[in-house]
Amino acid sequence: MTKTPPNPPVTNEKSPHELKLQLLDKTLKKSQYQQDALIEVLHTAQETFGHLDEDILDYVSIQLKLPPSWVYGVATFYNFFSLEPQGDHVCVVCMGTACYVKGAGDIVARIEQEFDMKAGTTTTDNRLTLISARCLGNCSLAPMLTLDGSVLGKQTPDSTVAAVKEKISSSSVVGEETS
Amino acid sequence: MNSADLQHLAEEEQQRQQQLNLRLFLCYSTPCLSAGADLVKVALDELIAGLDEKQRPDLDIVATGCMGPCSRGPLLRVVERNGSEKIFEKVTPESVREIIGSFLADRAPSVEPLPADFAFFSRQTLIALENNGWVDPEQIVHSIARGAYNSLAHVLHEMTSEQVCSEITRSGLRGRGGGGYPAGVKWELVRKAQAERKFVVANGDEGDPGAYMDRTIMESDPHRVLEGMAIAGYAVGAEQGYIYVRGEYPLAAARLAKAIKDAERHGLLGSRVLDSSFNFRVDLRVGAGAFVCGEETALMTSIMGRRGQPVPRPPYPAQSGLWGLPTLINNVETFASVAPIMRHGAEWFAGFGTEKSKGTKVFALCGEVVNSGLIEVQMGTSLRDIVFEIGGGLPDGGTFKAAQTGGPSGGCIPAQHLDTPVDYESLQALGSIMGSGGLIVMNETSCMPDVAKFFMDFCMDESCGKCVPCRVGTVEMYELLQRITNGSAMDEDLQTLEELCHVVQETSLCGLGMTAPNPVLNTLQYFRDEYLAHIRDNQCPAGVCRLDQIPLLKLPEHAEQLAIFKEEP
Repeated sequence: MTKTPPNPPVTNEKSPHELKLQLLDKTLKKSQYQQDALIEVLHTAQETFGHLDEDILDYVSIQLKLPPSWVYGVATFYNFFSLEPQGDHVCVVCMGTACYVKGAGDIVARIEQEFDMKAGTTTTDNRLTLISARCLGNCSLAPMLTLDGSVLGKQTPDSTVAAVKEKISSSSVVGEETS
Repeated sequence: MNSADLQHLAEEEQQRQQQLNLRLFLCYSTPCLSAGADLVKVALDELIAGLDEKQRPDLDIVATGCMGPCSRGPLLRVVERNGSEKIFEKVTPESVREIIGSFLADRAPSVEPLPADFAFFSRQTLIALENNGWVDPEQIVHSIARGAYNSLAHVLHEMTSEQVCSEITRSGLRGRGGGGYPAGVKWELVRKAQAERKFVVANGDEGDPGAYMDRTIMESDPHRVLEGMAIAGYAVGAEQGYIYVRGEYPLAAARLAKAIKDAERHGLLGSRVLDSSFNFRVDLRVGAGAFVCGEETALMTSIMGRRGQPVPRPPYPAQSGLWGLPTLINNVETFASVAPIMRHGAEWFAGFGTEKSKGTKVFALCGEVVNSGLIEVQMGTSLRDIVFEIGGGLPDGGTFKAAQTGGPSGGCIPAQHLDTPVDYESLQALGSIMGSGGLIVMNETSCMPDVAKFFMDFCMDESCGKCVPCRVGTVEMYELLQRITNGSAMDEDLQTLEELCHVVQETSLCGLGMTAPNPVLNTLQYFRDEYLAHIRDNQCPAGVCRLDQIPLLKLPEHAEQLAIFKEEP
């Protein structure tokens, strides 16, 4: 299908992009352009833009008067900041000890196989991003995962694949059902 | 607000609560929510909206933080006017209608509550968690009614900073983040440091996989943490506090942000706290997903907006921390223990626990255990009691193989040491550590070299890359463990692994590297035969590892087969 490749903040969508920049400016202003607030600013940027591309990092570095290498260094150090855009749906499988002991590895392997992808990447049709996380702190629900932010506990490989498939099919308006 | 106002507010709320016929406490923490607590809440709201005018005001629903036995959620606690209390497990919208209906009609519910002497509750000693499950974390008056900020008022008006520090020292409170450094000594050091400004930092970057004590405390009783920080601020002479919350815990961050705002509005934080001359501001900092930020120096660089890499100590944060100024940094759970100590006195707290480890410790009990959840026990409780009494043993008749404590810095305690009292020293003697309090029970289907590999993978991934022993050593150790678990290892590899462990342990810059080899050394100590079975017999006793490769040196004549050892693209 003719889905535009992953670079959302582009020319013809100027107004939403500007709106998002305004949000970022608000955070910058709130922190009084203090360089120490870099992580908070990047948090806001990640939340509003979904990912941090070069333009945004440059913008932040100019606003905070920090060298671009500094900003890039911080953005790549922390796992939360992604430089790549994420898919329509994000599945985060917890790989903490409790979940691992209860078989979270099988869940990841199964999704990888089912959707022909690797953990930490996005499918080629841009529908699903699979992330394996380091303990989400819900160990009593092991093995657990979050699907678009909602917590699913006590999963099996089968139930996970079913949940992910349902999520994908429920949102695809065009309705082409091939993986 | 002054102390009298605080007292008044507390009494007013207590009176209101006492007049209620029925109080319903619904656990609204993440595990119970995902088990359907939100649906139960909707059903409850509907039920109450349907009641007639007379009955309605006598009821009160409180969406509380964690009650403990998370695997039995959603949990509902019903407290009647006469004080009798019943806890129902696994409630559903249907069962909740029956339960409430029976209480309103004054008949016995057809749904059985948990037994009153349920070992999960009766064996615990609640200090840090005493308010969890009793207050709505987003309602400051609930906390105030249970005595929040009372200790702060007492400290501000009746104690000097020296007295506060010495009280903490005498209580024997030790850092709950894992290291177990005496809190009083730290406080005293910061108090004595000469500087224009000082800081208090609460470490809520709980990165150990399998541990969620701090998250639950922050989510369930945020005011307890803030009060502890304010008391610490007064004791050491700091006017600014930071609470660093892990990025994976958005709910904790949101609740803390609200709690800080509420406390400021009530004059319990901010300038002139409780009409004294003491000012204390708390700012929230949200992490961005880096395990190493749990290390204190790395955490401080992260607060300053930089890459969270540790710096060599000394100088310790007590002399030179945030922006080079003296900084007191303690774990969230440590701060949560402060207010009760000030309220009941150091001797009371020191009465719990063992000779060297005083008080209580919160553990996240999970893995292969019937009652998984959050527990708080006296220091020195035996592992057997924790796993088999409180935890209810292993499900499906499984046999206990090991309990993992201390996350990637700890180790596995085997069955022959089940009677060890759990305190800082005893666990260290067994080659593990107390850690922040994750306790994962494993049964015979867990393969120890595989578990060690899991933790090494974690450390390898989370190594910040600043010092060589950790950056390179973790990768090499992981490769060796990989070989052991895939069948291509030889006796020499085991020797190399052990040597490497000691090198990394002794030469790394910060705690992450220094403790990264612990899971390996510890499992080698207790489960060496499992390693040997992998290497010599090409067998995985637990049946986890595939062992589908052969040692490199065993096939020099089949050079072309070497390709199979190359990593897949």
